[in-house]
Amino acid sequence: MANAAIGRSVPRKEGRSKVTGEIQYIDDLSFPEAIYGTVIRSPVARGKILGVHFEGDFPWDEFIKVTAEDIPGENRQALILNDQPCLAVDRINHREEPVLLIAHPNKHLLIEARKHVRIEVEEETPIYTIEDSDAKKEVIWGEDNILKKYRVEKGNVDDVWASAHKVIEGEYRTGAQEQLYIEPQGMVAKASPEDGVTVWGSLQCPYYIQGSLEVLFGIPADQCRVVYAATGGGFGGKEEYPTVIAGHTALLAWKSGKTVKMIYDRAEDMAVTTKRHPSLTRHKTAIDKDGKLLAMDVEFLLDGGAYATLTSVVLSRGTIHAVGPYLCPNVRVNARALATNLPPHGAFRGFGAPQSCFAIERHMNKVARAAGLTPEEFRNRNFLNKGQRTATGQLIEENVDMQGLLTTALEKSDYHAKKARFAKENVGQRIKKGIGFATFFHGAGFTGSGEKHLASTLGMEADRNGRIRVLAASTEIGQGANTVFSQVAADTLKISYDAIDIEKPDTEKVPNSGPTVASRTSMIVGNLVAVAAKQLLAKLREAQLLGDEYTPDQFNSACDQYIEKHGELKVISEYSQPPGINWDEENYQGDAYGTYAWAAYVAEVEVDTLTYVTEVKDFVAVQEIGKVLHPIMAAGQIEGGVAQGVGFAVYEKVVWRDGVMINNQMTNYIMPTASDVPEIRVFFEEEPYAYGAAGAKGIGELPLDGSAPAVINAVEDAMKIDIDFIPMLPEDLFELIESAANNGQGEE
Amino acid sequence: MRSDVTQYEMVAPKSLDEVLANLSSEPGKWTLFAGGTDLMVLMESGKLAPKNFLSLWGVKELKGISYTDDSMTFGALTTYGELQRHSKVREYFPMLIQAAKETGGLAIQNRGTLGGNIANASPAADSPPGLLVYDAELELTSVDGSRWVPYDGFHTGYKQMKLGEAELITKIRVPRPDPKGVHYFKKVGTRRAQAISKIVLAGFGLMNEGAVKTVRIAVGSVAAITLRCHKTEAFLTGKSLNDSVIAEASEIFGGEITPIDDVRSTGRYRRQVGKNLLKDFLESL
Ligand SMILES: Cc1cc2nc3c(=O)[nH]c(=O)nc-3n(C[C@H](O)[C@H](O)[C@H](O)COP(=O)(O)OP(=O)(O)OC[C@H]3O[C@@H](n4cnc5c(N)ncnc54)[C@H](O)[C@@H]3O)c2cc1C
Repeated sequence: MANAAIGRSVPRKEGRSKVTGEIQYIDDLSFPEAIYGTVIRSPVARGKILGVHFEGDFPWDEFIKVTAEDIPGENRQALILNDQPCLAVDRINHREEPVLLIAHPNKHLLIEARKHVRIEVEEETPIYTIEDSDAKKEVIWGEDNILKKYRVEKGNVDDVWASAHKVIEGEYRTGAQEQLYIEPQGMVAKASPEDGVTVWGSLQCPYYIQGSLEVLFGIPADQCRVVYAATGGGFGGKEEYPTVIAGHTALLAWKSGKTVKMIYDRAEDMAVTTKRHPSLTRHKTAIDKDGKLLAMDVEFLLDGGAYATLTSVVLSRGTIHAVGPYLCPNVRVNARALATNLPPHGAFRGFGAPQSCFAIERHMNKVARAAGLTPEEFRNRNFLNKGQRTATGQLIEENVDMQGLLTTALEKSDYHAKKARFAKENVGQRIKKGIGFATFFHGAGFTGSGEKHLASTLGMEADRNGRIRVLAASTEIGQGANTVFSQVAADTLKISYDAIDIEKPDTEKVPNSGPTVASRTSMIVGNLVAVAAKQLLAKLREAQLLGDEYTPDQFNSACDQYIEKHGELKVISEYSQPPGINWDEENYQGDAYGTYAWAAYVAEVEVDTLTYVTEVKDFVAVQEIGKVLHPIMAAGQIEGGVAQGVGFAVYEKVVWRDGVMINNQMTNYIMPTASDVPEIRVFFEEEPYAYGAAGAKGIGELPLDGSAPAVINAVEDAMKIDIDFIPMLPEDLFELIESAANNGQGEE
Repeated sequence: MRSDVTQYEMVAPKSLDEVLANLSSEPGKWTLFAGGTDLMVLMESGKLAPKNFLSLWGVKELKGISYTDDSMTFGALTTYGELQRHSKVREYFPMLIQAAKETGGLAIQNRGTLGGNIANASPAADSPPGLLVYDAELELTSVDGSRWVPYDGFHTGYKQMKLGEAELITKIRVPRPDPKGVHYFKKVGTRRAQAISKIVLAGFGLMNEGAVKTVRIAVGSVAAITLRCHKTEAFLTGKSLNDSVIAEASEIFGGEITPIDDVRSTGRYRRQVGKNLLKDFLESL
């Protein structure tokens, strides 16, 4: 029964319950005794808190009120740095910052009353841009506003400029992006000094929450229980932020002695939770006469918002991906994350890479033009190949064929014929067509020694009927984790996919298999499932209950006999780092990722010159992702990621005013709909990765990296206009065309 | 959680008389609730004050599409779905069909009504430009009886209209346009579906011996109300169309509209796209 489940599109484990509506999200769970909690937030972006006033005609003494003084442990969100308080005390650093919490059994009263809590503040001058922060216009964080910096150095770029054939510079920007998971965030909590804290919620990382509750309440981990409720999408938005809501809800429960429910509505969710970090990238590139890269000097800047949250890690990934899948002997990347008075930015699918990938893939087109080469030829001359080293000095040992992927993508999209045809047919037409591509890679799993530090563990248990239960903290957030784990378990144990159950993540029941992030769940945790399954088989064999060959029935009876004798059949697998991975965190040198997924994406667009609207008409996504575990879900990951990338490129704009998002509704934050996204044609190449589950690499984030630059490169082709920022909305294109017309550039 | 649904009252009268009686007995107390697709958005965002609502959904007198040789009449409760399914509407009033097709998504089209679109009085609404260009009239009804008023001039300012507290819109009537005329409708939304217009332009034009015999133009999202462009129309009437006439029309049009920057677009963009659409329309005549 080799690979009976893997490689096939088996039905999703929780598919039926989702389709029938039977599955329960946090707001569906019934807690009849629960009272409602809400957060009172700062009305300004920066200032000193002078007082809190409870105004209006409300029975204020009936309300549960929690301020920082009520926090039993430490007033901070335990994450990487400890700069973010759970509740602001004296200072306010961004709009909508939590200042106090209130709760009441009557929802209506709570809604009305919260409008009448006035926070009195002495305002100070806020800063909202990367440039203002970098120039220290106001110092709002630490000594210099720098949340984190990295430097990657290979060779010496400064030796190259003078003798280079050409030096090309460019500056690129990307905007904030909202994750827009379908289910808004929410938590329910019970808490008391006697019983500890329990929270239920919509979340990606149960153990992150447990870690922060420990600090917030000053109680041991085993008294902080975190239970996953069905989670309607995350995209990184439920990586660190649920920690904030869990803390707030639990504090209200602790003080009131009651069960407290706190569910964000869409408007609150969009205004207060984390978004993709806006970025500014400056490139300076030297090439020789043959169009070969000689030096790449990159300054990569992120807007971190008011607190550090996960920014350092996002910056790290963006930094490592900053020069793309190209070979260059001299590289320097200076990366800085800067604080502003915007709500903290955070994890979002791609995690810094989509930002730096947009910059490099736009810049490579620009450099190609300077070299007098087509974008394709220029890249073909510079792709990183097996046996060569990345910017961090990592030796590429896997079989990489970027040129092959690009060739396939260009063929599938009929790129050359279309490009020629559009150039001819666009003349004088109202609708201009264009085609463009991006080539890129994405490192799978945690960066550097991240996985080693995580030291993930996973459990597997059999019952007497031979049913298997996988115990993992990795959460099903729509990506198909439960299905993949079941496929791997079934095929490794050589039993039926239907005989596998996945335990609901609950810190009281499952070991810490790490956070559900970084495209690591299938690849890394999936492999822990395989390891656990092998351990389980080994136990049965040691007990002489199972031979080398066996039928599912023999397996069942082996489990039965084992449990009869030993009481239980349970194993715990532990992550062990693949051999030969060396990472120097200090100097940012070495093996940044265990493996990479590689891709070439082609987008075709139409730009309407009456309305300046860009529509994506065709999309070809070719990628090498190791073993494809589940064809439909894998294609789904790519399609969804491309759609999100199309949004990132030409639709989704967070409109800020005075430090807060003002288009915090789905009506005005324009995510593309099914009618706006073309058919996405997905093609996979497979080079199995020895240390990933059944050969899989991570793919969740990959599609976000290359979609936006492919789209904008296509717009460039259609309009013959340089575009160095996203989101690029019709209004922006109109202004670009106007200024190009004024400067005599543009369409001939 | 910005509103609590238990704080709202709704009554569902079975007849128009009952609606009218309610409206007149306590003027100001009742808010009409047709499809609710605008009102529910307000509720979700906490901007709908708890109030008493009269659901119109079960009121038969407000439903149905009828036609004569000269005109077509829509009950105020006509939905976008009903419009699209009616072959005569498709035949005579293509702009209403196109607007209906591009309004929201399927769910909204099954629930949103023409009366609601008018009475919600948003300058970004998609049906009003077509209705204005088709010279629509509205039937307004109260316990004292009904009256017909031209739709042009009904909206007087942002979210303001000539509708009494005890009155409601009962019917919308449009005369059948000259079959030789050109109908032009273009919505520039924020995306293909579920989109509010950044600008929406409707035009109807009829040429006679190389000159403009009739032209009517209306445009949304560029002023406090959906604008019928009378000055541009007056200028164009009788002219034969060439580049310089179109350029001059464009200038006059630019003087009629007053687009602003908001969360969805910019004044500059709206102005330019308005001119581009006007040109596109005139070139199609
Ligand atoms: C997701 C979504 C997408 C949308 N997309 C579009 C779009 O693309 N284009 C567009 O134009 N609109 C759009 N809308 C807005 C809305 O659907 C339309 O304006 C719709 O026509 C409103 O009709 P209704 O019956 O639902 O109005 P309701 O919400 O019931 O009422 C709207 C207002 O009109 C009043 N009213 C209703 N009927 C009458 C009457 N007969 N007499 C007097 N007053 C009355 C009500 O009191 C209320 O003030 C969208 C809304 C949503 C939620």
